[in-house]
Amino acid sequence: MIEHRDDLGAKMGMWLFIFTELLLFGMLFLVYAVYRSMHPEAFKLAGEELDVALGTLNTVILLISSMTVAMSISAIQKGNKNLALALLGVTIFIAVVFLVNKYFEWGVKFEYGFQPGGAELLELGQGTILFFGLYFIMTGIHALHILIGIGLFIYVYWQVKIDKIHQTDYVWLENTGLYWHLVDLIWIFLFPLFYLIH
Amino acid sequence: MSEEKHHIVSYKTHFFVLVALLILTTTSVLITRLEMGPLNTAAAMLIAGTKAAIVLAWFMHLKFESRLFLLMVSAVIVLFILVIIVTFFDYSYR
Repeated sequence: MIEHRDDLGAKMGMWLFIFTELLLFGMLFLVYAVYRSMHPEAFKLAGEELDVALGTLNTVILLISSMTVAMSISAIQKGNKNLALALLGVTIFIAVVFLVNKYFEWGVKFEYGFQPGGAELLELGQGTILFFGLYFIMTGIHALHILIGIGLFIYVYWQVKIDKIHQTDYVWLENTGLYWHLVDLIWIFLFPLFYLIH
Repeated sequence: MSEEKHHIVSYKTHFFVLVALLILTTTSVLITRLEMGPLNTAAAMLIAGTKAAIVLAWFMHLKFESRLFLLMVSAVIVLFILVIIVTFFDYSYR
């Protein structure tokens, strides 16, 4: 049977989607930049309220998961199905841990009433309200991407398992990997801009 | 060579890329403790930019793909930078 496939086209389509994502987050970064330039002191003080240790931990585990995905592609290219599955499993696990950390991090903020519209937050200045608004929206949309990523990885894991994705046909895995690296890429900028303001 | 359709990146390379990214992350966290004024943000963005470039080149395989992909990504980044510049001109001179 002759297979008709265009892996290059599939990858290019994925990149085009990634560009729309970059511009979506790019515009949020732009809003952040403008408001931070208008309220530099408030952003600095509010940034110090965030948990640097938890933020760093999430950065580190997300970077590790990026590596495991990249490695799983190498594994499938080499025909090592079991290793690819193991690496995908680790990736899914790490993604879940990331969200659990986020849950606790957000939980503390809610406890202090810092969520958008929170009573304590509204008593603070405009700059602080803007900072936490952007913090929840940007890390929130990012977390949504993580959640979608978990779904995609479960699908890909299953596809590898039933040999739909294999040594000569793995563009699905590659594109899911690209998506995951995009999520990592965005976090690379979110982390210093929110947690490491000085 | 690098234009080869199925370039397989070794596990070792991926591991070293991760180590480089972790070193940059640590640097970024430690540098926050220094008092450098506006240079702090500049340094943080420079490090984040370097990390992003590493992820794009190795993890996202841009280094090994057709040059067209690199061209497309560069165009989007240039577009984004232009939008930032134009927006800040607007805010600074209104």
